[in-house]
Amino acid sequence: MSIKAVGVVKRFGQFVALDGVDLAVESGRLTALLGPSGGGKSTLLRIIGGLEEPDAGTVHIDGVEATGVPAQRRNVGFVFQHYAAFKHLSVYRNVAFGLEIRKRPKQEIRRRVGELLELVHLEQFADRLPSQLSGGQRQRMALARALAVEPKVLLLDEPFGALDAKVRKELRDWLRRLHDEVHVTTVFVTHDQEEALEVSDELVVINHGRIEQVGSPEDLYDHPANEFVMGFLGPVTRLGDQLVRPHDIEVLANHVDGAIAAQVTRLQRVGFEVRAEMSAGSDEPWVQLTRGQADALGLDPGSSVWLRAAPHAASLTLQGCEGADLGEDGLRGAGPTEPGGAGAGPGEGRRGGVGAGTAP
Amino acid sequence: MTAADGAGASLRTRDALEGHPTPVTGRRRVVTGSRLGATSGIGLGTAVLWLSLLVLIPLAAVVAKATGGGWSGFWNAITTPAALDALRLTVLSSLAVSAINAVMGTLIAWVLVRDSFPGRRLLEVVIDIPFALPTIVAGLVLLILYGPTSPIGVDLLGTQRAIVFALLFVTLPFVVRTVQPVLIGLDTEAEEAAASLGAAPLTTFRRIVLPVLLPAIASGTALAFARAMGEYGSVLLISGGVNRARVSSMYAFQQIQNYDYTGAAATATILLLVSLVVIVGLDLLQRWAARRG
Repeated sequence: MSIKAVGVVKRFGQFVALDGVDLAVESGRLTALLGPSGGGKSTLLRIIGGLEEPDAGTVHIDGVEATGVPAQRRNVGFVFQHYAAFKHLSVYRNVAFGLEIRKRPKQEIRRRVGELLELVHLEQFADRLPSQLSGGQRQRMALARALAVEPKVLLLDEPFGALDAKVRKELRDWLRRLHDEVHVTTVFVTHDQEEALEVSDELVVINHGRIEQVGSPEDLYDHPANEFVMGFLGPVTRLGDQLVRPHDIEVLANHVDGAIAAQVTRLQRVGFEVRAEMSAGSDEPWVQLTRGQADALGLDPGSSVWLRAAPHAASLTLQGCEGADLGEDGLRGAGPTEPGGAGAGPGEGRRGGVGAGTAP
Repeated sequence: MTAADGAGASLRTRDALEGHPTPVTGRRRVVTGSRLGATSGIGLGTAVLWLSLLVLIPLAAVVAKATGGGWSGFWNAITTPAALDALRLTVLSSLAVSAINAVMGTLIAWVLVRDSFPGRRLLEVVIDIPFALPTIVAGLVLLILYGPTSPIGVDLLGTQRAIVFALLFVTLPFVVRTVQPVLIGLDTEAEEAAASLGAAPLTTFRRIVLPVLLPAIASGTALAFARAMGEYGSVLLISGGVNRARVSSMYAFQQIQNYDYTGAAATATILLLVSLVVIVGLDLLQRWAARRG
């Protein structure tokens, strides 16, 4: 079931959370709304779900106008970051809630809840209270609860944001597989670019209440529309008048056309990866290499090398010097200062060139 | 379901590790062993001594006094028509007041927490006035406003309605003040989740919010009931000293004035028992409702 939002505006006092957003989500897809916190992505999701009313604009779900329709009549499944479990009800009763509201026969409820608990692997926890479950289990319960009413669309607001890194990764893989199986149109909000790149069919990057770019994860990673998108989806470094990804820089022992002379200032080994900080004129690019590459080049602090962007590299040409500031801004936006996320994700390393990273 | 099985396997293993049989002990902490450390021994001793001096011994003395003349004396003291009338009025008006408080107190707490309106802070202060006011002042205020010289022409002097009115006044804050903090701490996401699952606002309140508030409402109501049972100052003036508006506390005071200490103690014992039954009953009701969800 498709979702369409047109010209959505939402203000909270002076703060403009959404500034005329248009969004179209195709039926059956898994779409990620990605952006820094305060960028408006959760507000957009809440407006789609009917938990918030837009100041202007319209929302259509499955071709039917949903603007102004209260949440309880939208038939939308919503999953919250902090689970929003009904604490006084057992896992079974939590999942059954939507069906009980709809006054379905007891028999049917029992069968359906049983199926769902099996789907989320909680069948042996049916009689527990939510407080007796781990965070990951609670979130799976919340997911089963949302799926129980056979929603037209499933909306997840930072669903794994409150979980630790390992569980988050597991649940993320599991969500992907679940979606392949259930095929309900799903929109999820995240500030973790790795999560978005890994799980989604389509990525919507939102910042300052506006959509920066929409496309497939590969598309956005390889062809970012601007410095913000490029900086948010992965580390960037500056080489000459270009912004490139550190793993897209070729380090050469000899001069070739278009290469820039540089000196290695610092080498840092992080697992299988070597991060080489360079100085090239006034620029200080850094390069991500494998250990093998670094050994083959015989890199040492002080070595003179030549750098150029790899031929296939995604790059952006800077306009003047403000481009660099924008890139910097993007990096800050993605920084591990997110509340809730607490920056513990394995994805953190890719951001802003701090810490360990994995070369895609 | 095959597609999810791979991920399922790993999730199951983790569940098996995490989900080791958690002892279902409810809210109570289980203290194992019976030996107390020196500090907790002193703490417990002090607490028990203090409670004994202030509560248990005086209560025991009242009960002892009441039954000092034998059970028949006790029974005769509490079954005189005047004692029964007073007790009936006290219990019925206290029950009515508690029921009204449970509803109105919850409503006021809801408004204070969930709505923002000009004058909210002022209302917060007004709620506490019945607590802060000496009860005899409250009684005087009620007498002036609803007495024979009422400026609004409502004369309730010496009626049972006046008793209910006075009790409502003094017990107003109990439910409000017990429900308010729970409501503040309540996560509104659960309500949003219920709404997105198709629950209308009233259903959400009844099935999601109310069960969480119920313990607080019950304890606030129990406090209000106990207070109403023993209230003296505020009802004294507005009762007008007439028999049909005489509550048990006033009846007991009259007995003392007549040097009938055993009768007074018997009345007090009955008040104590009724309060105990209602408080325990409310607690049981609340537990039952919480289990039912």
